[in-house]
Amino acid sequence: MSEQATPLWEVFIRARNGMSHRHAGSVHAADAEMALQAARDVYTRRGEGLSIWVVPSAAIVANDPDEKGEMFEPTASKIYRHPTFYELPDEVANM
Amino acid sequence: MYTQALNKEVAEVESEDTEKLEAFQARIDREEKIEPNDWMPAAYRKTLVRQISQHAHSEVVGMLPEGNWVTRAPSLERKAILLAKIQDEGGHGLYLYSAAETLGVSREELVDQLLTGKAKYSSIFNYPTLNWADVGAVGWLVDGAAIMNQIPLCRCSYGPYSRAMIRICKEESFHQRQGYDLLVAMMKGTPEQQEMVQDAVNRLWWPALMMFGPSDKDSQHSAASMKWKIKRFTNDELRQKFVDATVPQARVLGITLPDPDLKYNEEAGHWEHGQPDWDEFYNTIHGNGICNKQRMKDRIRAHEDGAWVREAAQAYAAKQSAKKSAA
Repeated sequence: MSEQATPLWEVFIRARNGMSHRHAGSVHAADAEMALQAARDVYTRRGEGLSIWVVPSAAIVANDPDEKGEMFEPTASKIYRHPTFYELPDEVANM
Repeated sequence: MYTQALNKEVAEVESEDTEKLEAFQARIDREEKIEPNDWMPAAYRKTLVRQISQHAHSEVVGMLPEGNWVTRAPSLERKAILLAKIQDEGGHGLYLYSAAETLGVSREELVDQLLTGKAKYSSIFNYPTLNWADVGAVGWLVDGAAIMNQIPLCRCSYGPYSRAMIRICKEESFHQRQGYDLLVAMMKGTPEQQEMVQDAVNRLWWPALMMFGPSDKDSQHSAASMKWKIKRFTNDELRQKFVDATVPQARVLGITLPDPDLKYNEEAGHWEHGQPDWDEFYNTIHGNGICNKQRMKDRIRAHEDGAWVREAAQAYAAKQSAKKSAA
């Protein structure tokens, strides 16, 4: 275990044009080029993608799940942001 | 495959916040998925690390018995298929190592646990693949048993494991079918080829049944895993499903399964079957199976032989990034 750890990368794949990249998993690789090649071999063996992004895992900033109450609280009380909050007169069938 | 790790209980008693434990269990009971940064009991984390890493090790060691036949595949097509399957096994190992790493253990530690013998892998891979039909029988029986085990794991409470299992299950189906297809082709061949199929099935049938782990009556340990919805069916339930699915396939193939006790129970709607040799099973998981030493030797050699590649890649990356920051 004297070896240095190989960096971790997160892999995002666009399955086809018109769709956004989605998180597929992660790979270990010494540099970006090798990470891309490893991501191709590990996550697109059956035509799963047309575009791959790899991002150093250490570069991702995430919220603390223990504080998700405070983080997402402001949204809970704003039900008027949803169209279903508004009642339409019966005469208006669709809007 | 490879849920044999679940037969060992995590021994230590929880000394954790009861309130947190109850909230955690309530989430599980509501079928909520647990994600990496969520609070979880230490024993849940430990069980998962052991289970997922053993599963990953099994995929990786599982490449060895099949690799045995790559250079001797009877046609270019069969060789390409076998290579694709072996590459999938490597891929499955990588998905699973990544899932285990989300629990706070490093890839290097996991590999080290395998190579020092601290971590186990499925008993099935300590059996040799003696003739070409073994490649087919491994696909049909071993991957077939793996699928039975793995489909319920797609619904496992731990998100990253569940997602890895969904990817794996999609690919496993190809593994089982190519194996069966290979056997069907051999059964259309000469009497010698048909005998090779029967021989492979005779040797691999019981080890395939052992993959589900000991009988429920000898394995009181899955309670916690069931409660946490890591495991959803008992060993015997899964084994029964596998036998029920496989017996009709054996008939179509035109071979017999080496179990004199195999008989259909109309009332229950199940195939009654005999028990594997459990002494052989324990002997194998304790390191004394036919190929244990060879498998470990091969994995250790592969890891050591690859060390210079990993070092060179890192040295190159360091050099490139130094150049970049100097420019």
